[in-house]
Amino acid sequence: MQNHAYRSRQLGLPLAAIFAAIILAIGALFGASGAANAQQTTASSDRIWQDMKGDVFGDRAILVDSGVVRIEAPKRAQDAAIVPVDIYIDPAKAPAGIKSVTLIIDVNPAPVAATFEIGKDAGVTHLSTRVRVDDYSYLRAIAETQGGELHMAQTFVKASGGCSAPALKNQDEAMATMGQMKLRQFPPQETMTKAQELQLMIRHPNNSGLQRNPLTQYFIPAHFVQKLSVSQADRLILSMEGGISISEDPNFRFDFTAHGTGQIQVEAIDTDGKVFRNQWPLEATGL
Amino acid sequence: MPIDRIRRKLVNGFACTAVSAAMLPCCLGRAALAAAYGLEFKLRKVADGVFAFQGVDELMSAANQGAISNLGVVVGADAVAVIDSGGSLIEANALIAEIGKISAKPVRYLINTHMHPDHVFGNAAFRQIGATIVGHHNLPRALEARGAFYLQNFREQIGDALIKGIEIIPPTMLVDDRLQLDLGGRVLELQAWKAAHTDNDLTVFDSATRTLFAGDLVFIGSLPTLDGSLLGWLRQMDGLAAIGATRVVPGHGPVPADWPAALTGERRYFEILARDIRKAIADGTPLRDAVKTAGASERSNWHLFDDYNERNATAAFAELEWE
Repeated sequence: MQNHAYRSRQLGLPLAAIFAAIILAIGALFGASGAANAQQTTASSDRIWQDMKGDVFGDRAILVDSGVVRIEAPKRAQDAAIVPVDIYIDPAKAPAGIKSVTLIIDVNPAPVAATFEIGKDAGVTHLSTRVRVDDYSYLRAIAETQGGELHMAQTFVKASGGCSAPALKNQDEAMATMGQMKLRQFPPQETMTKAQELQLMIRHPNNSGLQRNPLTQYFIPAHFVQKLSVSQADRLILSMEGGISISEDPNFRFDFTAHGTGQIQVEAIDTDGKVFRNQWPLEATGL
Repeated sequence: MPIDRIRRKLVNGFACTAVSAAMLPCCLGRAALAAAYGLEFKLRKVADGVFAFQGVDELMSAANQGAISNLGVVVGADAVAVIDSGGSLIEANALIAEIGKISAKPVRYLINTHMHPDHVFGNAAFRQIGATIVGHHNLPRALEARGAFYLQNFREQIGDALIKGIEIIPPTMLVDDRLQLDLGGRVLELQAWKAAHTDNDLTVFDSATRTLFAGDLVFIGSLPTLDGSLLGWLRQMDGLAAIGATRVVPGHGPVPADWPAALTGERRYFEILARDIRKAIADGTPLRDAVKTAGASERSNWHLFDDYNERNATAAFAELEWE
């Protein structure tokens, strides 16, 4: 949860200067804290990000901690395979709405954990999911506004200690139940808002592709949910393009604004081309 | 605290001595090597021809040489079987040295009860003395998925000196369901379990003395860790209790303990954890909040509770959501 004192006024600067400013800011922050280990790992996580961000966002400017987007995760991951992460959008700071949110875990083999497209007027302001975290790393949420601005928030997660690994706990069970879905609907938390919450759960091993078959010694091909869309009566609420950093049995909880009483529809496609579809009636919200 | 730091420094300071010693095994034997590291390694007799080492109730560290889990030795007329290899090569070599004092028979089998580092990090020492490594049929795949992560993650936790030379070595003799190992005059019965502590749990029963080596399917006093299936563990609890043993060597905790009374504590913990998590799920409480309080009433009953309870709750939540 680092607050970098670096905002839109620096947009005019050459990129190299901006990067240097970030690195200096981080150096200053952790130099002051005196935590030698954290200093090295936050710095190395950030170096990975600096090297990678051009591949993901080109040379577009990214505004840090502007308040448009916020990210929360535990400071220390308890279970490296299941790290809860929450992303919040502040509608007041992005009146035209948010087009997409990209979740990045710097040190993972596939750092871009997921990109979520948000439906127009879907009213999504909070999205939580669970991710694998391989090592000490920043988790970053980069939101793109309808106007095309990029806003980033970040939080640093220390990997779990002990023997918790970002791997499948019960591999036979994961394969046997693949494709099952569950949708939970929660009524609005505050009576004044129309938003309600959905929790979508999909059974899928979301295999990493980094394991070998013990008999053949060949790598087992990656097998994960690649695309997902959630709609209400054919109107997009949220879609995701994801990778292996999303935990086994992908799980998404988010608020949204219902339009009418149409059904909630879900379609997921994995890397084997398997398509999983389901739909549920919208539960009465009590409004 | 300062003493720990000094001790760690000393331990790390010995690193270069140990490395050169490892290259000159004729000059400095295993026992001397272990002694140089200050590891007090004692096997205790549990029953006739059955011995065990009791690990400390701590997380693996440079100071404890990774010796946190219980290890077992069964001596037959022809051969010796060892249950788990410990959390470091130092520990494994100390164990091999102690076995040499008990029996001149060869160590024919090393049985790994499951994938965790405190039980398999010493495997290379047993491969070196020609033991066949035996494990659950799921163990090779579990180690493939985790081996690199374990080596990387534990380098920081136990230090460069202790991690040096540790290899992830999978078993070559696999147990599908049950397997008997004849040591001459006594037969060990190995049983592969469905996912519980991990998805590769194996127990070893010595029928001659009715001693059960339960691996981490049994924790006593030290908080059980959940890396497989809470429901699977609870479902198989009665099957475990039905094993006709009179005593158990648990994976962690006092050696030996009465059987099946040894299961009482962990069964209670898991039932309370499941109850708390089920309530949170029914209430719509998100995972991140639920795991902070689930199981809290068990806190005073366990060592290492703060190290592992929240992690257990996290795994339990993700599993029980699908009930």
